[in-house]
Amino acid sequence: MLRRFLAWLDDRSGLLTASQHALEHPVPPRTGWWYVFGSATLIAFMLQVATGIALASAYVPSSGQAYDSLRFITEQAMLGRFLRGMHYFGASAMVLLIGIHVSRTYLMAAYKYPRELNWLTGAVLLLLTLALAFTGQLLRWDQNAVWSVIVGAAQAGRAPIIGNEVARFILAGDTIGGATLSRFFAFHVFFIPALVFAFIGLHLALVLRHGISERPTKGEHVDPATYRERYAGLLRREGVPFWPDAAWRDVVFGAAVVATIVVLALIVGPPALGKPPDPSILEAYPRPDWYFLWYFALLALAPHSLENFIIVAGPLVFGAVLLLLPLMNRGPRSVRERPLAAVLVVFIWTTILTFWVAGVRADWSPNFEVAPLPASVVGSTDSTVVAGARLFREKGCEFCHAIEGHGGKRGPDLSDVRSRMAPDQLAARITNGSINMPAYARTLTPAQVNTLVAFLSTRGSGSAQPR
Amino acid sequence: MEFSSPPPPSRRRFLSRLSVVLSAAIGAVATVPVVGFLLSPLAHKGPRVWRSVGPVDRFKVGETVNVVFEDASPLPWAGVTARSAAWLRRDDVERFTAFTVHCTHLGCPVRWVADAQLFLCPCHGGVYYRDGTVSAGPPPRTLPQYPVRVRHGLVEILTSPIPIA
Repeated sequence: MLRRFLAWLDDRSGLLTASQHALEHPVPPRTGWWYVFGSATLIAFMLQVATGIALASAYVPSSGQAYDSLRFITEQAMLGRFLRGMHYFGASAMVLLIGIHVSRTYLMAAYKYPRELNWLTGAVLLLLTLALAFTGQLLRWDQNAVWSVIVGAAQAGRAPIIGNEVARFILAGDTIGGATLSRFFAFHVFFIPALVFAFIGLHLALVLRHGISERPTKGEHVDPATYRERYAGLLRREGVPFWPDAAWRDVVFGAAVVATIVVLALIVGPPALGKPPDPSILEAYPRPDWYFLWYFALLALAPHSLENFIIVAGPLVFGAVLLLLPLMNRGPRSVRERPLAAVLVVFIWTTILTFWVAGVRADWSPNFEVAPLPASVVGSTDSTVVAGARLFREKGCEFCHAIEGHGGKRGPDLSDVRSRMAPDQLAARITNGSINMPAYARTLTPAQVNTLVAFLSTRGSGSAQPR
Repeated sequence: MEFSSPPPPSRRRFLSRLSVVLSAAIGAVATVPVVGFLLSPLAHKGPRVWRSVGPVDRFKVGETVNVVFEDASPLPWAGVTARSAAWLRRDDVERFTAFTVHCTHLGCPVRWVADAQLFLCPCHGGVYYRDGTVSAGPPPRTLPQYPVRVRHGLVEILTSPIPIA
């Protein structure tokens, strides 16, 4: 009965034969675990579509009400907290997995002939994924999201000529307001996903058309004149059906990814909602979500003179490299013959990781929460020293400088400053400032400077031996 | 039985061109208004109005305080996002200065630290002196000011776009 129904369905639609053909198409042997990241990205995306539909059914995309609807989803709606968690960790997985996938295809030079368009459609999918990640963070419409929009607009504003227009486009007007959020919602929920679907379809059609790239072998170079024939020969001799010989790894890894997302959603839960999206609340520490934290750190640590170049040219250069890479479509594929490719991938991941760690610490941010130095740290009853310690807190020194663990990390730790600087050097630095320190000549009287110097000159155990 | 003869090549060419042109027209109808709609914030600059932030007597000479006012023409569903803030200082009996709260580096909200007489930014550590000039960190420009005036005993600030480079 079922068999007859399926036979009828296939006769009328052709779907079963087509999908059987796709599933069982021959693939190169020994592809192994390196090939699972693309399908895992796709699985994460499908999860995002499903959980996103659920969230969109309760989320109110209005600047004035989104925050309350998010609170409702998180605190009251059945499964709401879990679904928000799934959507957040699904997004995180998607960004991470597409990053690994693009690194893998680059390391194995899978972008070379005849798969140049596989790479290009994948590059577009990478950019769209980042666009989804950015707009998605904004839909968590709390204080942090509002400031992220403003920071995004300010960055766009650095572009020459069109900067102001792009910034206005992002804000949807002169300021944050009623028009801002619904546009991001439409982009995040309709426009970008529609493009993602289209490009995934294209990407998969190309994978079927050209076949999964074989594992690179040292000494075997890609030559358009011979490649296709050699690949066909490999499939004839040693090819295995994609399902289940290769696909089982995709399914196993994909299931592990989903399980990880579920566990994180249950245990860690979604990112907490911050303060309401009120642009007039100024006690804010705007931070991007983890996947852009490294970029946030880069903008804090880069030399100020390079900043415009990084903000404007950085994304353009990144996009151009992605799009132009398939021009080098022949030659060796094995990473052993392309050591520079390995160096580049390691360099990029190390750079991102390093800046990411810096972004988590964010030492460059003044710490407004610092308490006055305790008497045990001041360690003196001399009235000038005590007054200096009080000035140290009042005048904001402590926001940026730590003494024995109390204070910010923006500037040098001053626990032992007297071994580095003589009193006159201290006074000169306080008065004149430096590139990242205000010149306090404008806010301190000479007497106050002397009081501060008197306090700082007690910092450190060694004898005062300035260089 | 007789088949009709195939259409002449010129007729076929005309029909295919007609179809291409009409398809392009359908596509244009579907996209041009949409793009125009999305770009509409660029077309008309928002109005600017004077908003009162309180009676003159509420502000002490020399003090810098955070004032909140409503945007020029908020949409009914804007909620709290219709609010804007400024740092307002009473310079003397008659004169006021209003600074934007947006750091010129990347737009983050700067805070006035009264004891230190500095504006500090929590994002990347930009610092400004009390007159808004840059004293340290990455900000490229002086903190912009909003137009401010006193009318009928009220301090009024002119609503302004978020200052973008």
